[in-house]
Amino acid sequence: MNEILKMAFGSLGVNKLRSFLTMSGITIGVFSVIGVMTAVSALRGSIETGLSFLGSNIFQFAKWPIGIVVSGAEQHKYESRRKFTLQMAQRYRDLMGGSVEIVCLKAFTNGNPPVQATYNGHKTTADITFGGTDQNFLVTNQFAIDTGRNFTAEDVDLIRPVAIIGQELVKRLYPSETPLGKRVKANGRTYTVIGTFATKGTAFGENEDNILMIPITRFMTDFGQEKYNVNIATQSHSQMEYGATLDKGIGAMRVVRGLRPDQQNDFETYSNDSLIAAFAKIADVVSAGAFIISAIALLAAGVGIMNIMLVSVTERTREIGIRKAVGARKITILTQFLVEAVVLSVTGGLGGILLGTVAGNGLAVMLSAAIVFPWGWAAAGVVVCSLIGIVFGMYPAWKAASLDPIDALRFE
Amino acid sequence: MTPAAPLEARQVRPVGPLVIAIEDVAKLYQMGEETIHALRGVSLNIHRNEYLAIMGPSGSGKSTLMNMLGCLDTPTSGRYEFNGQDVAGMADDELADIRNREIGFVFQTFNLLARSDALRNVELPLIYAGIAPHLRHERARQVLENVGLGNRIHHKPNELSGGQRQRVAIARALVNRPSIILADEPTGNLDSKTGIEILALFEDLYEQGNTLIVVTHEESVARNARRIIRLHDGLIASDGPVN
Repeated sequence: MNEILKMAFGSLGVNKLRSFLTMSGITIGVFSVIGVMTAVSALRGSIETGLSFLGSNIFQFAKWPIGIVVSGAEQHKYESRRKFTLQMAQRYRDLMGGSVEIVCLKAFTNGNPPVQATYNGHKTTADITFGGTDQNFLVTNQFAIDTGRNFTAEDVDLIRPVAIIGQELVKRLYPSETPLGKRVKANGRTYTVIGTFATKGTAFGENEDNILMIPITRFMTDFGQEKYNVNIATQSHSQMEYGATLDKGIGAMRVVRGLRPDQQNDFETYSNDSLIAAFAKIADVVSAGAFIISAIALLAAGVGIMNIMLVSVTERTREIGIRKAVGARKITILTQFLVEAVVLSVTGGLGGILLGTVAGNGLAVMLSAAIVFPWGWAAAGVVVCSLIGIVFGMYPAWKAASLDPIDALRFE
Repeated sequence: MTPAAPLEARQVRPVGPLVIAIEDVAKLYQMGEETIHALRGVSLNIHRNEYLAIMGPSGSGKSTLMNMLGCLDTPTSGRYEFNGQDVAGMADDELADIRNREIGFVFQTFNLLARSDALRNVELPLIYAGIAPHLRHERARQVLENVGLGNRIHHKPNELSGGQRQRVAIARALVNRPSIILADEPTGNLDSKTGIEILALFEDLYEQGNTLIVVTHEESVARNARRIIRLHDGLIASDGPVN
C-alpha cells in the first residue's frame, strides 16, 4: 500500500498543472459547502450563546414576517397590510397601561434616505443608524447612557429637537470637546445633544455605535408620518409574565387595528425566539443552497477526474503493459489507478476544506461571531471526496487493469 | 553482426530438467470474418540451461509463440506445461504470478519505466512479488552491479545509453531469479558494437546456468544460441543445434 501511494503521488507529480486543474474542481465544490457551513455554524453558535437580537422577554409587531416569502400571493398579502402609524402605536401603549410592561416605540430610516450627521465642519459617514424612539429604548434595545441623560416622556410629548448619539459620532463630530449641549445636524435638521450612548460594538456587520436617535414624535414630524412604520417593542418584566403579556399585547393590537373577532391578525409578532428561529430557517435555506451547488460542482469535478484518469490510462498504456509483463495482477493495477483518483480527489477536497474554513471564519469574524472549525463537515468532505475518487476512478482503473499485456506493450 | 566467438571455442553445457513442455499447440485469431491460424500444432520441449533461438519471417507465428512461452497468452488448443504446471487453462492473475516468478523479459525497445531510476525499474518485479524494501534494494543493486551498471543505479532511462538501458532491462529480467529469460529482438534497437556487448552478456548468463530464449530474425544473433528453432506458417520447420 505504501508503494502504491508512492507511485500515485509520483505519477500525479509528473503532470502538476493537469493534476492541479483537476483538483481545483473538487476544491471549489468542497469550498462552497464548507465555507457556508462554517459561517452558518459560527453565526448560529454566537446567536445561541447569548447574542440577542432584542432584549429578553420582548416581542415586536411588524407587517412582514421574518424569513423568506416565497409566493407572489403571500407577497401581496403582506404588502397590502396597513402601516403601524404613530397614532396606533400611542393608542397601543395607552391600552397596555404600562403596569407590568415596558412599551418602546421606535422608527428608523433604514438607509432610506441615507443619513449623514454634521457638526461644525465635522462629518460622519453617510450610513449612520438614524431613528426616533422614546425613553424605553435603552431597556428594550440594551443600550446604556454614557454621559448626559436619556429621553423623557416630556421630550417625546413636546416633540423636542434633542438627540442622543453613539460613541462613533462622538469620536467623529466632537473629537476635542464634550458633545453635550452642542448642536448636531442630520439631513438638514438640527438637534441638541442631550446624551451619549455607551459603547456597544458591532453586531452582524453593523456598527451599533454609529447611531443618532431623536424622540419619535420629532422624527415623524421632521421626516414624514406616511413614510415610516412605527416599530413597537413590548417587554414583560419577567419570563413568567411573558406569555400573559404577549396575549395582552396581541389583544391590544387587534383593538388598535380595529379587527373584528372573526378576522385574522393583520400583523406579525416577533420575539427573540422567533428571530432565532427565523435565522435558523434562513441558515437552513442557505445551507441547502450551498449543498446543492456543492453537489453539482462535485459531480462536475468527478467527471473531470474520470476524464483525466482515462487520458492517463491511455497515455500510460505501455507502462501498464510493462507492469503486467513483470507480474502485476489485475487488482494491483486497479488499486494503483484508483488510489491516484482518490489522492487527486482528496487532495482537492483538503484544499477546499482549508479555503472554506478560512473564508467561512473570515465572514464570521466580519459579523463578530466566534471562530469555529467544522470538524463534522470536514470529515464528511474527506469521506465524500474519497467516494468521488472511487466512484469516478473505478471505470478508468478497471479499464487499465483489463488491458491485455500484449496489446499494451505494443501500444505506441 | 558477427558471432560472439568461434563455434568450436564455445562450450555447450549439459541441459537440466524440463522447464517447458509444449504439445500440439495451436492458436487461432478471429480477424473480422477471417480466422487466422497463427500456430497450427507446435510441439517443443525446453530444458533448464538451454540457449535457444526462435527464428522465422514475419507472419510465421514467431511472436505468437513468444507470447505463449512468456505466459502473456494462452493457446487455443494443445498442452502447455511450465515446470509441471498447466499454463493452458490459467486465469490472468495466475499467469501474472507465473510471469513474475518464472520469466524475465527483455524487449527490443527496453520497456523501462521512464520516470523511475534504474534501481526502481529493476525492483519492479520484486515489488509485485511482495519482497520487503530493504531486501529488494539490496538484490536489485547486486544484479545491476552484475550487469556492469553498479555506478548508474540512480540514473533514469533517458540519462542512459541504449546499451545501458538494455542492461537495466536484463537486470530486471534476472532479479527474481526466473526459470527462463525471454528476449525479443534484444539487439534490434542497438548499434552493432553494443549489440555484440549485449550478446556477450547473454553468453555470460548462459555460462552462469541461466536458460535463455531469444526471438530474432537476424541469423547472426541466432547463431549465438546453441539451438535454433525455425518457424514457417505456424509450424516448426526445423529444430536443431547450431552447426
